Amino acid sequence: MTSTSARPRERSDELQLVDGSNVAVIGGGPAGSFVSYFLLEMAERSGLELHVEIFEPRDFSCVAPKGCNMCGGIISETLVQNLAAEGINLPSTIVQRGIESYILHMDVGSVRIETPVHEKRIGAVYRGAGPRDLKTSKWESFDHHLEHLTVAKGARVTRNRVVGVSFDNGRPVITAKGEQPHSYDLLVVAVGVNSAALKLFSENGLGYKPPASTKTFITEYFLGEEVIEQTLGDSMHVFLLNIPRLEFAAIIPKGDYASVCLLGESIDKELVQSFLNAPQVRACMPDNWTSDPCSCQCSPKISVGAANKPFADRLVFVGDCGVTRLYKDGIGAAYRTAKACATTAVFEGISEADFRRHYWPVCRSISTDNSIGKLSFAVTRQIQKWRFARRALLRMTEKEQRIGGRNRNMSQVLWDMFTGSAPYRDIVTLAMHPRFLARLGWELAVAASPFSGAQN
Amino acid sequence: MAKGDLGRTYNDGEVITRQGDVGDCMFVIQEGRVQVLVEKDGVETPLRIANEGEFMGEMAIFDHEERSATLRALGEARLLTIDKKNFLKRIHKDPSLAYRLVQMMSKRVRDLSDEVARLKNPVDREHVVSHER
Repeated sequence: MTSTSARPRERSDELQLVDGSNVAVIGGGPAGSFVSYFLLEMAERSGLELHVEIFEPRDFSCVAPKGCNMCGGIISETLVQNLAAEGINLPSTIVQRGIESYILHMDVGSVRIETPVHEKRIGAVYRGAGPRDLKTSKWESFDHHLEHLTVAKGARVTRNRVVGVSFDNGRPVITAKGEQPHSYDLLVVAVGVNSAALKLFSENGLGYKPPASTKTFITEYFLGEEVIEQTLGDSMHVFLLNIPRLEFAAIIPKGDYASVCLLGESIDKELVQSFLNAPQVRACMPDNWTSDPCSCQCSPKISVGAANKPFADRLVFVGDCGVTRLYKDGIGAAYRTAKACATTAVFEGISEADFRRHYWPVCRSISTDNSIGKLSFAVTRQIQKWRFARRALLRMTEKEQRIGGRNRNMSQVLWDMFTGSAPYRDIVTLAMHPRFLARLGWELAVAASPFSGAQN
Repeated sequence: MAKGDLGRTYNDGEVITRQGDVGDCMFVIQEGRVQVLVEKDGVETPLRIANEGEFMGEMAIFDHEERSATLRALGEARLLTIDKKNFLKRIHKDPSLAYRLVQMMSKRVRDLSDEVARLKNPVDREHVVSHER
């Protein structure tokens, strides 16, 4: 790949998409599909003819790992609503289960938190066709569905892997395996942090540095639709357990399978086994369930930071390889960054300055919110450590759920924290409300009192 | 209702929202059809039938008035609710999110203009009156 210094600077009025411009998108996951979809949608609205080519070697209609994008597979409330407003409705052939409540499990007890509007607005999906041992696929993969929408809009999908990226007179040149190099007007990189394609951009002299990442653990268990109905139901099960290095854990019911997702520091076999053997976890699963063997498992990396300078003239990085939300709503962040990128490219321009002025603020806002998110997770870690804090949290949430009404701040904080429905900033603002703090203070005092043991 | 159905399912004839209520959300029809009707002096006048993918009750997003019409499920219908507060917040950050809504409202204004023109045209009006007889 040529360095920036070797790239001639173009005049900014030349750095525009015009009729017949060619755009290459590396990566056909949600970020790649969304950016292609919105590029074509915005171009159509403004009467511009664009050609979009997506480079994606995976076939998302295949079972894992050939078609999987290694993710918990939750479509947040906010994203479901945003997509509906965009005219993209998610049918039940994609959504394996609509989630109507979250159940928080702790060693001191469990509490169900109902969706605020008593409506299923969170979708559990598979990114590929399903786990390794899937015999017949009853549902379409989410990524495959998005790819279909994008192709219907006019994008072309190339299944050959990109093996080279260079610049010729400032224009990106892509070499796909077995093909001749081809020049484009704009290159959008929409790969995940697990993709080998990111190596094509390391030490490129453009200033791009991939985001920091951490390892997670995802495993799938076949339980059957009926058993899932009787055990996990339509609830996502989240766990705040005092297991060292475990930050967050969830069991997500899908159609026939349950996905177990763990987030934390240096997740290894020992940590996974401690979680799977926890009585709170076993209580959620069927009586005869054993943690071994599973249907499928993986340890993908997830992005926990922001990339350095994810744009240059005629080049932009969206989704996970740019910036994503901390631990939650990664698909929602892919939608936001992809749309901001498409809007900038069609209506503003494709120069570094255009992306800095119009695209970067969206990335920065996600990144700033992640800093607040880190603080929120630090508080959660303390709650995980202190039993009396867990008791206070349980009592407060239980009371709110029992009484109902509008004053359900703890439920709202937990709902937003677990579902990723709201920015971390909003969650902290809600948690800093004097009335909330006063109630929490009271519950903490009661829970810490030596006379409260009997009540718990 | 399939396990993966998002939103809420209303039975045939069930009222989704009633004229005169104060709205704090709009709806997107995911499946089925919805009858839009106005009630005056106890008489219900059907205005039109909305189909899958259409936005309903969107005026509540932009004004503080009462609902101008009643929405009733025509057969089984599944609708997704979009919250006013959060939607406005998101439009503030990304105005293009309102594009489809504006596009649909523009189509409805056009349809209404056609309807008014038709009613004002003496030939068409006579045709309507004779049709109603």
